[in-house]
Amino acid sequence: MDRRSSDRTSPQSSRIGWGDAVFKVALTAFAAVIPLLFLALVGRLAVSAWPTIRAFGLRFLTTSTWDPVANVYGAAPMIFGTLLSSLLALVLAVPLALGVAIYLTEFAPGWLRRPVATLVELLAAIPSVVYGLWGIFVLIPLLRAYVIPPLQAVLGWTPLFSGTFFGNSMLAAGMILAIMILPYISAVSREVLAAVPPSQREAALALGATRWEAVWSAVLPYGRAGVLGAIVLGLGRALGETMAVVMVIGNRHDLSVSLVEPGITMAAVIANEFNEAAGLQRAALFEVGLVLFGVTLAVNALARLLVWRVARGSAVGSRAI
Amino acid sequence: MISGLTRRRLLSRIMTGVTVLCAILALAPLFAIFGDLVVRGASSLNWDFFVKNPAAAGDTGGGVANAIVGTLIIVGVGSALGLPVGIGAGVYLAEYGGGRFGVTVRFLADVLTGTPSVIVGVFVWMLVVRPMGHFSALAGGIALAILMVPMVTRTTEEMVRLVPHSLREAALALGFPRWRTTAQVMVRAAWPGIVTGALVAVARIAGETAPLLFTALGNLNFRTNVLQPMQTLSLQIYVFATGPFEEWHRLAWGAALVLMAIVLVFGLSARFVTRTRFRDG
Amino acid sequence: MAERRSRLRAEQLSALYGGTAAVKDVTLAFPPNTVTAIIGPSGCGKSTFLRCLNRLHELAPDATVRGHVFLDGRDVYAAEANAVAIRRRIGMVFQQPNPFPTMTIYQNVAAGLSMNGRLTRGETDQAVERALRGAALWDEVKDRLRASPLALSGGQQQRLCIARAIAPRPDVVLLDEPTSALDPLATQSIEELVQELKREFTVVIVTHNMQQAARVSDFTGFFYLGELVEHGETPRMFTAPREERTEAYVTGRFG
Repeated sequence: MDRRSSDRTSPQSSRIGWGDAVFKVALTAFAAVIPLLFLALVGRLAVSAWPTIRAFGLRFLTTSTWDPVANVYGAAPMIFGTLLSSLLALVLAVPLALGVAIYLTEFAPGWLRRPVATLVELLAAIPSVVYGLWGIFVLIPLLRAYVIPPLQAVLGWTPLFSGTFFGNSMLAAGMILAIMILPYISAVSREVLAAVPPSQREAALALGATRWEAVWSAVLPYGRAGVLGAIVLGLGRALGETMAVVMVIGNRHDLSVSLVEPGITMAAVIANEFNEAAGLQRAALFEVGLVLFGVTLAVNALARLLVWRVARGSAVGSRAI
Repeated sequence: MISGLTRRRLLSRIMTGVTVLCAILALAPLFAIFGDLVVRGASSLNWDFFVKNPAAAGDTGGGVANAIVGTLIIVGVGSALGLPVGIGAGVYLAEYGGGRFGVTVRFLADVLTGTPSVIVGVFVWMLVVRPMGHFSALAGGIALAILMVPMVTRTTEEMVRLVPHSLREAALALGFPRWRTTAQVMVRAAWPGIVTGALVAVARIAGETAPLLFTALGNLNFRTNVLQPMQTLSLQIYVFATGPFEEWHRLAWGAALVLMAIVLVFGLSARFVTRTRFRDG
Repeated sequence: MAERRSRLRAEQLSALYGGTAAVKDVTLAFPPNTVTAIIGPSGCGKSTFLRCLNRLHELAPDATVRGHVFLDGRDVYAAEANAVAIRRRIGMVFQQPNPFPTMTIYQNVAAGLSMNGRLTRGETDQAVERALRGAALWDEVKDRLRASPLALSGGQQQRLCIARAIAPRPDVVLLDEPTSALDPLATQSIEELVQELKREFTVVIVTHNMQQAARVSDFTGFFYLGELVEHGETPRMFTAPREERTEAYVTGRFG
């Protein structure tokens, strides 16, 4: 495929050809690390989880007992907790993130766009453990003082808000997660909306649409696949978050719908118990890790496909990760 | 008809306001957190904080010297392992990445960037800590490297792809062999962008905690031996924040402020590198 | 020039980007039910001028407009005037066909209808058919109104955009180089359509193709460096222009 400017069989040519081959082999080796890593990860997790897979089968996913003494393990509370906390995070983060993205692409004055966008991206730079720290000492006291009393006064009778608030709770975890995933959803949505051809917006305006109507009926529909991808990406991040969650959620092995009560997630239980675990418990934690890996894998693959469909394979959003 | 138009325009104004409100609400936690870091963390920052190790449990004073050094060492090990692999893989994808293998690698890299870091932690525990028989900074570095590789791969690929084809053609026309064209011309041209991507990845892993829980573990003493457990700022914050002592809580804020500063330094230098090339970072 | 009362009239209109004037002090009347072509070399301000007529120019960053545009005697730039309402009465077709890709053909044509007032299903159907007939597209798409507009050829898409623009029954239709992205056959069909459109609408068409202007328009305005150099009935403009610059342009000596 290479066309060299000369085709002489000088002593140089074979050495140069050899250089190309070595170079390509070296780079391929580096690239091969990635699929190897992936396979090793899946394989290792599966092998280490095998004892509990064999012992409990599918019941592992549906039962709630987590008893290291009796050596019986069921991951239902963690799976439920992961889904509930992530869902709560999405409910809180998606409207805000979309609002920010629309503001930045459509309404914000030119000089304000870069600074505000940078500030929102800064939220993604804060380490998870710092979010946890802030959650423990600032957010939870705030919730306890100003949010829970009125919330329970009005909605305390519903299953979502019944129970006693001790501080560490699903609600606190959901809120922290929402703040953490907001910058990712916002950044990718912004890239997607900015890529919508201006003539789409102009066509709507020329028909007599108000600025909001132009966004709602022309710009957003055009970018909806990418925006959906952004949301799924946010979900993927929320599913895997560990430190902030383990610091504020209470780590109680209980399947409870109530947001004001403590809970547990898959990532949190691994962080909490792995170092002290042995034998079957450790295998159980590996199986939890396998399930978590599988779920985040599926969700992230879906997100990638959605965003790729809009951006056609370019690394849109890769910097947002 | 007139009222319909007025209603629509009013709706447009209201929705514009709503999006402004969203921006304000989104940024409120940012200012709150940064504000708290400065206000609560500044009081811990004294000379002792930076040069002493943690005091015995319950005692006042002490510092996070071991954690600061540990963070730098473990991030250094991770970068030394992860950056070459990531950059190499990225260059591969940009130059040879059209076939099925390239597509697979690209897809897996994207998917792996979303892997929960705690999973990587237990993976490295099984792979390195267990055979070694004890925790170590090296294991921590390996875990961080595994996290870095997919990130750096994708940003490197993107940067190399952005280099204009005309540069490659000029080199080939001069008689450069393919490997030299890539290594000396394309990569050199993309280098500032590659460095930016690398710095961003380093900023990300500097703040990681979960994978280190089972690999580096942490250490109350000052250690520089990579084959021994080591403390990092992130681990220290976790221990202090979840501990029972008021003093620990105070130190946690200080450590968080320092960690945030380190992360920002890497992040800002990444932006700086891009800006000096007149690219919109 | 015919002494008909003009539906649309620009008066001392200037348009600026930042400090630079792209359109300088243009006064031009568009008689009802005629086609006026705006010609001139690239960068002479034709498109900018067109966009001032439906108040689209002011949305560009750093853009300002001075002067007046009178629609039926009322200044669209008056303080109490409403840009959104104005754009309902003045339709626009763009250079690149830009149908809304997530809507069906039917929904595209109806897009401007649903903005204001509620029409019954029957009324919408009627309006869509009428607009598509007016755009000479009805026979080609009547069996696939629920299809995606992306399945249409470039020329068909542009006629769809014309249908979309005329469906709300505006008073004026502005066309910004509508055929520059199309092949000769599609161009011809659009040109024939423009001649039909003037029966119901006042048409202003910007074109860089002089032959096109000569074929389709009743009046022609020649722009150069932001100024309206000359304006008059099309046959005279091309055979006996009064200004030297006009003559130089239409004889092909520049631009």
